[in-house]
Amino acid sequence: MKRLLLGNEALALGAYAAGVSVGTGYPGTPSTEILERFARFPDVYAEWSPNEKVALEVGMGAALAGARTIVTMKHVGLNVAADPFFAASYMGVVGGLVVISADDPGMHSSQGEQDNRNYAKFAKVPLLEPSDSQECFDMVRIGLEMSEAFDTPVLLRTTGRISHAQSLVEVDAQLLEGGRRMRQSPLAFRRNPEKYVMLPANARRRRLVVEERLGKLQEYSESTPLNYIRWGERRLGVVSGSMAYQYAREVFPRASFLKLGMAYPLPRRLIVEFARQVDTLLIVEELDPFIEEQIRALPDLPPVRVLGKDVFPAYGEFSSELVAQCALQGGLLSEADLRELGFGLSRESVSSPVPTEIRLPPRAPVLCPGCGHRATFDALRRMLFQCQDDLAVPHQSGNSPYGRALLERQRQYRVVVNGDIGCYTLGALQPLYAMDTCSCMGASIGHALGMEKAGIKNKVVAVIGDGTFFHSGITGLVDVLTSGAATTVIILDNGTTAMTGGNANPGSGLAIGGRPARRLDLESLCRGLGVEDVVVVDAYDYERIERELRRAVYSDAPTVIIVKFKCRVQERSISPLVSWVEEDKCVGCWACLALGCPALTRRNGHAEIVPGLCADCQVCNHVCPHNAIVRVEREKEQVKVGA
Amino acid sequence: MRALNFVLVGVGGQGILLASDVLCHVAMAAGYDVKKTDVHGMAQRGGSVISHMRMASQVAAPVVPMGAADFLLGFEKLEACRWAGYLKQLGIAVVNDEAIPTLEFGSSGPAIPYPDDTAISTILHSRARQVVMVPASRLATALGNVRVANLVLLGALSHFMEFSPETWHAAIEERVPPKFRQLNQRAFDVGRAEGGVV
Repeated sequence: MKRLLLGNEALALGAYAAGVSVGTGYPGTPSTEILERFARFPDVYAEWSPNEKVALEVGMGAALAGARTIVTMKHVGLNVAADPFFAASYMGVVGGLVVISADDPGMHSSQGEQDNRNYAKFAKVPLLEPSDSQECFDMVRIGLEMSEAFDTPVLLRTTGRISHAQSLVEVDAQLLEGGRRMRQSPLAFRRNPEKYVMLPANARRRRLVVEERLGKLQEYSESTPLNYIRWGERRLGVVSGSMAYQYAREVFPRASFLKLGMAYPLPRRLIVEFARQVDTLLIVEELDPFIEEQIRALPDLPPVRVLGKDVFPAYGEFSSELVAQCALQGGLLSEADLRELGFGLSRESVSSPVPTEIRLPPRAPVLCPGCGHRATFDALRRMLFQCQDDLAVPHQSGNSPYGRALLERQRQYRVVVNGDIGCYTLGALQPLYAMDTCSCMGASIGHALGMEKAGIKNKVVAVIGDGTFFHSGITGLVDVLTSGAATTVIILDNGTTAMTGGNANPGSGLAIGGRPARRLDLESLCRGLGVEDVVVVDAYDYERIERELRRAVYSDAPTVIIVKFKCRVQERSISPLVSWVEEDKCVGCWACLALGCPALTRRNGHAEIVPGLCADCQVCNHVCPHNAIVRVEREKEQVKVGA
Repeated sequence: MRALNFVLVGVGGQGILLASDVLCHVAMAAGYDVKKTDVHGMAQRGGSVISHMRMASQVAAPVVPMGAADFLLGFEKLEACRWAGYLKQLGIAVVNDEAIPTLEFGSSGPAIPYPDDTAISTILHSRARQVVMVPASRLATALGNVRVANLVLLGALSHFMEFSPETWHAAIEERVPPKFRQLNQRAFDVGRAEGGVV
């Protein structure tokens, strides 16, 4: 029967159907749903590992023991797991090992746009690229078989649009209920130190095996049904794979296609045969010219016109209209062709249909109403300019020479906030605007330490979430302790990995799928490492947060402030009370609006609570200098709104 | 089989995913190939959300090209304006007559104000052949739960499509848990009647 499945669901189902018994990973958009779905099957072991490196190491162990294994992560996660990934290429497998990397062209939810196909070439392992959910389902199995046949890990690379698009997949109904799957491979670790102990002498031998394997894989690539030609008109021959293939198919319905499901190693003879029979060879691929560079380097490529990144951009997410536009500019399609397609005709007429004199307010992602991150970031924002009490002057004084000098000193002494990756990165956006750096998972602590050791006069803090601290913040803290620094580390502990959908982490006391698990205690962990000054504060206790922050930045010893709350998305209980603005007391100073809470807006010169959104966190009540925000019963709010 | 493209737009948490799921199942029941796609992750946290859905005898890309949507289903007025460029010149916009305020940046300068109804109407009519404003949130609240505004909207949209009410009801039955099924069916019927009035 045909089911409508998310690419990520299809990957999980395909893995289960193919007898995968171990799945590991680290949550990250757009990869998260693969393992969350896989964990719901019976008789499998699944875990959210502390980070991607550990996930792959666990996966390699399972594969060496003979189990079919998948390891999932987002594109930047493979940077963290790169070390074991390269080692896995040398060591090979026993049970099949498929590493699934979900790239994010367009950076919908990432700090970078790297093209992870390069990792396949870099580590000399085969690369599979599905272009819809059906291919996701099939390619996991094919990848596992390939992994076992060639004794290699396989990289399966999706993009956000593959992972997060739904399309029809032919699946056995019983499979969905957890029945009917391939027999699991027999488990046994066979001792073979020459293959599994990567001492230089062994590694040198394995290095040759890897080269030989690449040759064999290239032969396989020539004959696999994953790479195929669909002949159309010979004027234009399109080489493509992944989601770019779907866009190209739509824009060039009559062209000939060489569809690449296995993009490394490339089927060289098939490409040459295809190129020989077309006038123009057009390579359509998102991000890097990964296929193009390899094709251009083919020694026996016929003298055909080759086009690729000279027509299409090497960055950003593609779309059908973008491919159509580029094809028009590159002279591959005419205006008449586009008219027939029904889209992409003129960039101006499609991208700005809205009368340009009307400006629309943006609606950026925000912290939820009641989110426990808000008070900390508001306190940090105040400290950005007021870290010493004697410098706490109103902004207007900048008009006088004396005031300007003061402001200059404030700039010098202001706190520098090194942020990290999670929901709380939203604290960098206006109006909270309280973050100065954010680069990659766990980096905040190292950045803070580096600034301090470089000797700047500013007070420096690191802000990191609980999940990110477990991921790779611990080692940063170890460095703080051994380097004799006085770094202030704020751990925002909401008990979950929230941004990716509330996934289990070592501090949540739950494993993937909601099974109970041992909970690691952040406070004892930090004390155990040797931090003497550890305080735990309630995330809604604004005064205490402010006090501890002030104390910590002036302390000569390293300090950890654990700011504790329960993620509002996880915690479903609804308070019987809500905040309420008393109009006669509100003077319109907008201190509350600076919290960036979706439940606060302004109307007729005063602040107002948006009905139904307030979560009763009382942070706005605290920051209001005129005590104009009070708490009322939820029902009373509705009555007032009705009136 | 007539190929149709839809964009469903609104604010994270408005039930857009369920609406596009039901739409997919209606199309599947009628023998269409369907594809849909949404953005997950960071963009979901109360931000602007767009879901693409396409039905045809064979669908290639799941993303609706700019200027190629037959229908724009707006769960919130401002968001309907923001994504109006996806509509065909002869497309139809079915929009919830509901405003969710945007963030006000108190200290850091004045925010762009939320557009008034005249501006919203100008923008939508600059693109759509027909604009249908539906008081979906109010009708849903009257039914007892504002969250079923998504089904009210879907009901209004159904008026412009060829599928029978039975097909829609069957799709709702498939996608909605038993506890909320009846309420969602009622919301759909209310919306369908509303779409007919306009």
